[in-house]
Amino acid sequence: MGSHHLILRIVTKFLVSTIILFGLYVQFHGDYSPGGGFQAGVIFAVAFILYGVVFSLRQAKQVFPPWLVHKLMALGVLIYAGTGVVSMLLGYEFLNYGAFTQDHPSHGQHWGILVIELGVGVTVTGVMVAIYYAFAARPPRISDEEW
Amino acid sequence: MLVLTAFAITRTNRLFSSVMLAGMFSLLSALLFVVLDAVDVAFTEAAVGAGISTVLMLSTLALTSRVEKPSRRPPWIPLFVVGMTGAVLIYGTLDMPNFGSHTAPPQTHVSPEYLSQSPEDIGVPNVVTAVLASYRGYDTLGEVAVVFTAGIGVLMLISGLKRRRRRRPEGDKREDA
Repeated sequence: MGSHHLILRIVTKFLVSTIILFGLYVQFHGDYSPGGGFQAGVIFAVAFILYGVVFSLRQAKQVFPPWLVHKLMALGVLIYAGTGVVSMLLGYEFLNYGAFTQDHPSHGQHWGILVIELGVGVTVTGVMVAIYYAFAARPPRISDEEW
Repeated sequence: MLVLTAFAITRTNRLFSSVMLAGMFSLLSALLFVVLDAVDVAFTEAAVGAGISTVLMLSTLALTSRVEKPSRRPPWIPLFVVGMTGAVLIYGTLDMPNFGSHTAPPQTHVSPEYLSQSPEDIGVPNVVTAVLASYRGYDTLGEVAVVFTAGIGVLMLISGLKRRRRRRPEGDKREDA
């Protein structure tokens, strides 16, 4: 992309940081307000996709390289399932979050929910961005007049 | 407005405008979910439906063409299928309890238990998160696995061929060595 769309690019730079901040809020505040890992993951992905749309796919891939995206997809599932395995190793049932704080079960629930929501968020971010990369890497460059 | 947008989607044959209208449709249904007090669902609908899927549809458009091909066959079979589905759906609503009814199955089955127990069991103010992450942890794990599998599927379908061609020489080298 050349030097045009100046306003669009400046606004995008502001928006991307705001979107990521909002995504973090949705991610880690999901047990108090609407939202959670899935929504937060989508919001993170939207930030990167917006960056990729307004700047270029190449720049987006420099910020968030595809190999990292592909690792993140699997990492989220690992975080989630690993939580269950850890609770099993501590002598509880699979995904029983009471395992994390023996003396205060509801605190353990908080920790468990936080960790697995993180897993959900990481996977969803990875998958959404990976799908976007996969789609956007295919077509030839479109000029603005074609629409 | 939802119905109007749906009709507009079916009437236009410029695919770009129908993608934009589909985004509007998602946004409108997100508003509908807000009105129904399902803020989590509205959130998801707005982010996924109006945000990401619009971008993905646009990239798909860039891969294909921008104008719908005129169909040559008369639309009787699709019309029949759509009509039948609509009729069955309307028939299904006849058995549904009234909106906000106290005796509806969702109000009497497990929800009261979740609503009354979750502050003690889990101590999380958002009951939706409590149900998803704690009571139904296995389900959510399955959902994450589904998302992961879908991602892998799309990657293999769309970018797999190119990568395989690129990797073929490397693999051969490795076999030789």
